[in-house]
Amino acid sequence: MEAFTTHTGVGVPLRRSNVDTDQIIPAVYLKRVTRSGFEDGLFAAWRGDEHFVLNQEPFKAGSVLVAGPDFGTGSSREHAVWALMDYGFRVVVSSRFADIFRGNSGKQGLVAAQCSQSDVELLWKLLESEPGTPVTVDLTDKTVRAKDLVAPFEIDDYTRWRLLEGLDDIALTLRHEAEISAFEGDRQTWLPTTDPLQAV
Amino acid sequence: MSRTLAEKVWEAHVVRHGSGAEPDLLYIDLHLLHEVTSPQAFDGLRLANRKLRRPDLTIATEDHNVPTVDIDKPIADPVSRLQVETLRRNCAEFGVRLHPMGDLEQGIVHVVGPQLGLTQPGMTVVCGDSHTSTHGAFGALAFGIGTSEVEHVMATQTLPLRPFKTMAINVDGALQPGVTAKDIILAVIAKIGTGGGQGYVLEYRGRAIENLSMEARMTVCNMSIEAGARAGMIAPDETTFDYIKGRPHAPSGADWDAAVAYWKTLRTDDDATFDAEVHIDADELTPFVTWGTNPGQGLPLGASIPDPEQIADENERVAAEKALSYMGLEPGTPLRDIRVDTVFLGSCTNGRIEDLRAAADVLKGKHVASGVRMLVVPGSMRVRKQAEEEGLDKVFLDAGAEWRQAGCSMCLGMNPDQLAPGERSASTSNRNFEGRQGKGGRTHLVSPLVAAATAVRGTLSAPADLEN
Repeated sequence: MEAFTTHTGVGVPLRRSNVDTDQIIPAVYLKRVTRSGFEDGLFAAWRGDEHFVLNQEPFKAGSVLVAGPDFGTGSSREHAVWALMDYGFRVVVSSRFADIFRGNSGKQGLVAAQCSQSDVELLWKLLESEPGTPVTVDLTDKTVRAKDLVAPFEIDDYTRWRLLEGLDDIALTLRHEAEISAFEGDRQTWLPTTDPLQAV
Repeated sequence: MSRTLAEKVWEAHVVRHGSGAEPDLLYIDLHLLHEVTSPQAFDGLRLANRKLRRPDLTIATEDHNVPTVDIDKPIADPVSRLQVETLRRNCAEFGVRLHPMGDLEQGIVHVVGPQLGLTQPGMTVVCGDSHTSTHGAFGALAFGIGTSEVEHVMATQTLPLRPFKTMAINVDGALQPGVTAKDIILAVIAKIGTGGGQGYVLEYRGRAIENLSMEARMTVCNMSIEAGARAGMIAPDETTFDYIKGRPHAPSGADWDAAVAYWKTLRTDDDATFDAEVHIDADELTPFVTWGTNPGQGLPLGASIPDPEQIADENERVAAEKALSYMGLEPGTPLRDIRVDTVFLGSCTNGRIEDLRAAADVLKGKHVASGVRMLVVPGSMRVRKQAEEEGLDKVFLDAGAEWRQAGCSMCLGMNPDQLAPGERSASTSNRNFEGRQGKGGRTHLVSPLVAAATAVRGTLSAPADLEN
């Protein structure tokens, strides 16, 4: 995973709450078996509308999405994170994220920055009145900055550390392989396995 | 120290406790795979030259992409076909048991696991699918994960996780006739909202929950994620043990006794406290349907479409306006006046044998309204077989419904079963998001009983409406 310390890019105001993962990427776009190319499915239904924010200059080139509360609800599809990142987003700002989406973001290096709703409203106003305003997201001091606005955001310390260091979760866990093996040795023998049953 | 059910199961699976901000490392007892969220995870293993640690705790089935007709022919959509073929190749390469299309054990992953007896109380169960919460009905800690986590479980059989908070959903009293588990969970979501359960494991408790069958409990836990909770649980009891006993992967003999003795300890201690509690009175519940584009936008069937202008919260008002515009509905319209084009009975929420029986009971001797199509899609091939043994297929076919093969079908627009733009459905599935059942499709979430009655009348209806 690529390390993330700070990012500056065009902020995109998305004035919607409950942006579920079926809106971020509809199921029909989930069929790829590779890890790239999901940008075509990003907000596919909404992008058919010429007034949709990502169809407007300068928002087309956006990399910091500022959305309403309950962003990323619904399906566990990590494709939602891939679609955002493949399009070019590095950060999503919202006052509330769905748990699975937030977890998936942390694994991929997309920063899910949780700001207060009042700061989200201020960002929306700023980005709408001055389109193209650069937004800086600084993971070291946990702030979103745009012009004079400085909005603190929350992110859990462990995810922040992993993002700052660009660390791979699996490699971190495998440092504890001996403990995993010990745990396995103590499991109840009656727990099921998926081994095919012998015909009796 | 007194603990909740969720805390007991969590604690029993901690491989190592994290220090400071570091999460706990949790052991995973069962990993379910399907074709959509696994290919990139298998690829990740290959790229890093890692092995699948426990193929014997892993099982796969094909469900999201599969057609529900002509399953003996190749899948027509080449991209869907490639995804299914990729799963087959990956399972062969990594030694994972797979139930492919046409196999008697094939079906929706959350129907297949419990039916094989692989889901048992006190286990940790994960799958790259948010409706993994279904398995919590057995007193398992079961939750959906993303593809990075799928790869993590493949490589390590563990997940780094921070403990969830706990929320009790107390459903006291008794359900009235015609009111089902689906109505309970839709009412819960309408009450706490789509974000209300965020960060929590829900534990459903109370007399109305204890009186539910195992399959009805699965319906309740299935939709925990629609309230924002990754997991929902119900303490195991005799109903649970009776359901598991004799299933292919259930313990037997002395193992059965040892397992049951342990399972009986899996209940929230009397003096344990939850981080939050919610109360619902089952006596008050009536059939519930959704009118909007998230599962929290639901009301009793007897109500009318709400007026967004009466909603105080600005975000909710805007959401309601957008929902009504998408749904093509006017404030003040009685829900019973809403005409549907399609009725879908199926999904991991309501695609089990009891769901089919309940709907067939309503449809028996009646006919689907003219201009309405009804799809009946069993959750698994085994459910289909059992339904045919009971003659339910004939009831559906005689009523003019379509009797399909097993799969996720019209729950999500990923296979040939989709709504056309503007088409309206009454659906026993779990999500009414914009475009969920096909681009431009409009979804009302309902119980199997309401689905069947709606099919007969052509407008959103309860079985009681058929008697008038």
